Amino acid sequence: MADLTSSFCGIKSPNPFWLASAPPTDKEYNVRRAFEAGWGGVVWKTLGVEGPPIVNVNGPRYGAIWGADRRLLGLNNIELITDRPLEINLKEMRQIKKDFPDRALVASVMVPCEEIYWKDIIPQIAETGVDGFELNFGCPHGMSERGMGSAVGQVPEYIEMVTKWCKESTDLPVIVKLTPNITNIIYPATAAKNGGADAVSLINTISSIVSVDLENMAPNPTIDGKGTAGGYCGPAVKPIALNMVAQIARTDVTAGLPISGIGGITTWRDAAEFMALGAGNVQVCTAAMTYGFNIINEMTSGLSSWMDENGYTSVDQLVGKAVPNVTDWQYLNLNYITKARIDQEKCIGCGRCYAACEDTSHQAITMSEDRVFDVKDDECVACNLCVNTCPVDDCITMVQLLPGQIDERTGQVVAEEYGNWTEHPNNPSKVAAE
Amino acid sequence: MSNNSEVGGPLAGRLDQISLKKNFSDLHPPLDSHEAAVAADRCYFCYDAPCVTACPTDIDIPLFIRQISTGMPVASAKTILDQNILGGMCARVCPTETLCEEACVREKAEGKPVQIGLLQRYATDVLMNVDDHPFERAPSTNKKIAVVGAGPAGLAAAHRLALLGNNVVILDAKEKPGGLNEFGIAAYKSTNDFAQKEVAWLLKIGGIKINYGKLLGRDFSLSGLRDEYDAVFIGAGLGNVRSLDIDGESLGNVQDAVEFISSLRQAEDLADLEVGSNVVVIGGGMTAIDAAVQSKLLGAHDVTVVYRRSVEEMPASLYEQELAKSKGVKFIYNSRPVQIVGTEGISSIKFQNTQHDTEFSLPADHLLKAIGQIMDELPLELSRENNKIKVDENFKTDVANVWAGGDCTSIGEDLTVTAVAQGRDAAINIHASLSGEI
Repeated sequence: MADLTSSFCGIKSPNPFWLASAPPTDKEYNVRRAFEAGWGGVVWKTLGVEGPPIVNVNGPRYGAIWGADRRLLGLNNIELITDRPLEINLKEMRQIKKDFPDRALVASVMVPCEEIYWKDIIPQIAETGVDGFELNFGCPHGMSERGMGSAVGQVPEYIEMVTKWCKESTDLPVIVKLTPNITNIIYPATAAKNGGADAVSLINTISSIVSVDLENMAPNPTIDGKGTAGGYCGPAVKPIALNMVAQIARTDVTAGLPISGIGGITTWRDAAEFMALGAGNVQVCTAAMTYGFNIINEMTSGLSSWMDENGYTSVDQLVGKAVPNVTDWQYLNLNYITKARIDQEKCIGCGRCYAACEDTSHQAITMSEDRVFDVKDDECVACNLCVNTCPVDDCITMVQLLPGQIDERTGQVVAEEYGNWTEHPNNPSKVAAE
Repeated sequence: MSNNSEVGGPLAGRLDQISLKKNFSDLHPPLDSHEAAVAADRCYFCYDAPCVTACPTDIDIPLFIRQISTGMPVASAKTILDQNILGGMCARVCPTETLCEEACVREKAEGKPVQIGLLQRYATDVLMNVDDHPFERAPSTNKKIAVVGAGPAGLAAAHRLALLGNNVVILDAKEKPGGLNEFGIAAYKSTNDFAQKEVAWLLKIGGIKINYGKLLGRDFSLSGLRDEYDAVFIGAGLGNVRSLDIDGESLGNVQDAVEFISSLRQAEDLADLEVGSNVVVIGGGMTAIDAAVQSKLLGAHDVTVVYRRSVEEMPASLYEQELAKSKGVKFIYNSRPVQIVGTEGISSIKFQNTQHDTEFSLPADHLLKAIGQIMDELPLELSRENNKIKVDENFKTDVANVWAGGDCTSIGEDLTVTAVAQGRDAAINIHASLSGEI
């Protein structure tokens, strides 16, 4: 059995699956159920300043998009940070840590961007016995209008400044949660690192309008005829999150900074992908909100089985394994040539590959009267669109032309050597070969 | 539950009302909107879709299914009805397992086609329930066309002709419209008086008048129609049935299956219908299946379909045969009747096995003959082919200004959907011909 125990910037947990700071970690009741179900850790719902707690809307706070059979693909929310008094949260956190000492308990924090607030609250929270902090610089709605959340996360200087204040206030690990609502994730990640962050976590939700109620002409969720931008999450955001995680993992200035991967993780496979791209652990929210806490059992058993089958004995061995293979476009091998191949045994004759190629791609698939589809090698640019639109697994595949073979599209012999854009004759900035 | 299925002789009220109601409820319950969304999502929106090719009325099936999945069932129904004005009935009675759903690529992929028939029913039901008739007539052509028969072919022709601006008079021998939709389809395929509702909805197009109780050759003549109208469309169906021509055929309780089904469809109370304890159905088409299944559902103890050829040759689809078996109907193949035995009513039937040349006997107190329908006598001026009206590819007969379509013609399968297609296409040709377009 693969060892799933995790040590993320010094915070230990029996598995690398944490629940992200969100409604599932709002209070002792939920967190207790989550730990009983088997979650490795939780990041408690974001705590704010002492005093009257914030208020939430009293109409709908979530909106969603669905796939077939109302499978939830994307969720959007306009909920704010905890709306419960600080002292109650702290009391419950202390109890939870006492009852579940082997699980990770991290406090998410968001207070106004003034030193006194941060330096006041961090030690208070530390007394509960939490294992670390996560600075919420991500929320894109409500709190950002008050100069917090993503309003901080969008200004690298603020990130660095607040991170420093926190590091000065505690010896516990400080994780900086990043917003994806920026142009280049490297800037905020670098700022966190410069501020002394022990890790970053990403992504927080993406600023979004999930849909429009065409009857009432208002965004969803609609509150008394009005709607506002919310934070988008769930399976639909995973590709965006994967890219940002990979960018941080492979860019020199941020490489090595521990990453807690967040964004649409629904299955063990999603988690493995995040970890392969450099995430040291993962945080889950929407999947738990959709299916309940028991999904953790699929995640741990799936990851463990897959690791066993592939010879990984600990999660550390997986982390970052795919990072060396993430590169820039200009370094992709232009001499690697493939052609689409259709398995006629598997083909069910739907013709989607034909429609896609004929209407929107390179007119490289032929269709016979009796609905046999074939690839024209002299037109196929290997775009992969047919593979992506085909409803049958492995019916269309991309097969490599070996060096020495002729690419019928160009009439050229496939070269053996690697050759990329930087040295391509069509590249005006080509560096002349020595 | 009362059940006196073993009491001999055709007998009414073998089952109580609760059992009858259950037995004759919808064969395939309709999809609700969520089920329709899930079913619609399975459609791959195939290029040049095989299901469309397989549909005699060429409904744009991927389009109507996509319209369901985008929440526009009324627009979806319009797509269906544009091609097939009786799309609601066809959704219920089409042998989809040998048409669109057999061609569906998911049938090939998984053995589970997209539920095209049920989706078509969903969309058309929504439209019928909002009582919308989304067609508007073209400006009047001042042409008058007679349509003989208010069955699927005649109704489809009439609607298309009216749509194109012509005035139509339908003459039908019965007292109600619908033809086989009303008198011939199994009751559990057309529940809640759907055939009548559909005709009432169809007539909302305007410009169509129906005269009932008018039989061609008895109450009016083809030449009379040709004098009075600009064109004539004959969709008279097949008004007669074949006989077995064997001893004992005139005994009591020997009945044509068509008549049995028709009285069942018209019954105010199914408990009033008489059915035997040992019912034998002779034949192998849909009429045989429908008669056999409904006999069983009325409470017959034993129902056996005897077909003279092999299981593979049976015109009723395997799906229909399976349905009948699931209801308890037995099948005997490769056997033909040689004698009906009895005194006043029948008591048994002697059969000959056509492969082994052996004879056997089945006890029977009710025999239903379903060996095929044939034409009523027809006006002599119409040419025949295979004992049906000869038409060309535009459904024109040999007589000037006379078209024909549906079961009474020599081309196409005898299916509701084929009749609709022929009626529609004949109408288009009539209109083009009268307006001088061709």
